[in-house]
Amino acid sequence: MPRTGAVLPKPRGPLSEALVAALVGTPAGSADVEVAAIDVRPGNPEDGALSLWMLYELSYRGYAEVDDRLEFDPELVRLRRRLEDDLERQLRARWPGRPAEAAESGFAEALFTMVEADDGPSLARFVQREATADQAIELLQCRSLYHLKESDPVALTLPRLPTASRAALAELQYDEYGGGRPEHLHAHLFAEGLATLGLETTEGSYVDQAPLEVLEQNNAMSLFGLNRRLRGASVGHLAAFEATSSLPCRKMSQGLERLGFPEAIRAYYDEHVEADAVHEQIAARMICEPLIEAEPEIEDDVWFGAWACLDLESRVARHLLERWGVVA
Amino acid sequence: MSTPDVVICPGGPLLLRGEHVIADDDGTEHTTTRPVTAICRCGKSATKPWCDGTHKVIPEKNRP
Repeated sequence: MPRTGAVLPKPRGPLSEALVAALVGTPAGSADVEVAAIDVRPGNPEDGALSLWMLYELSYRGYAEVDDRLEFDPELVRLRRRLEDDLERQLRARWPGRPAEAAESGFAEALFTMVEADDGPSLARFVQREATADQAIELLQCRSLYHLKESDPVALTLPRLPTASRAALAELQYDEYGGGRPEHLHAHLFAEGLATLGLETTEGSYVDQAPLEVLEQNNAMSLFGLNRRLRGASVGHLAAFEATSSLPCRKMSQGLERLGFPEAIRAYYDEHVEADAVHEQIAARMICEPLIEAEPEIEDDVWFGAWACLDLESRVARHLLERWGVVA
Repeated sequence: MSTPDVVICPGGPLLLRGEHVIADDDGTEHTTTRPVTAICRCGKSATKPWCDGTHKVIPEKNRP
């Protein structure tokens, strides 16, 4: 039977090399085969991040060449756990903690204040004003890692939420997933935009170009979405993501228009100007606030996830802007 | 538990759940297309009657 799924990325060090070998070396359809111990440390941060990204992909759409049962292979789960613990430790070490105003104004107002105060560099503003067509294409390729599975990581959080938050997240995701119309599904809109530019639309097509910062940004969403204990961080991340979307998407659309890019890719961003003006309110007020009310012990995690979203995006922006010779 | 279908967001839009027809300033009618729609209250949206997040970049005293 022909298998679907993405192509495995090129290894970036000893661990990802060993992982690719293990993934393709395990014969498909043999139920009793387990991956042999992988006792290799990442040779560099990209090696570790790429390995974790590959393991997470087993839980989304898998790979054409890899047996789907390996998603829960004991050795691969152990490796995933090791790598995601490293990522979580790094993030928590950088996290400055819950903002002071959170106690007075409630989550939604404090979140919008935190987002407003965020002074990270903006890729959208750069695209709006001065990016070249090549730079804009490179950014779209980096974004494709997430946009082609837009909203999928937080969908994994849905069954782990209390009643009010669960209903609100389902309502938000119904919109993300096209309101019952595949042609309106956000990931599909992005794929259509890529296609009109002659770019690849298969998930993971551009992972070989993705810098460490983009891999980590994607891995953090999967870390939060796949671990029930991090449900607070998952919806906190969502709230910050939505709250930093409407205005930047307007700038992206204007920049792509300035560059003469086709309507289909601008339509993706235009859709998000409007959709995310709704979603930011739903995420902050109807998903996060009721979750914090029902499970106050995880409020810190909600803030941790929101902070991680801003932090990881500013690292992506700084990396790309520096590489393009722009003073961020 | 009873969930309101109209929610006023402090400093931001009005959220409307379900399908509605909105008449804008000129009387032109717009039909909602999302499960929940954000209606501009600050008057500065470029996509009125829908909210586009512009309330966040106007001075706080001018926000609804």
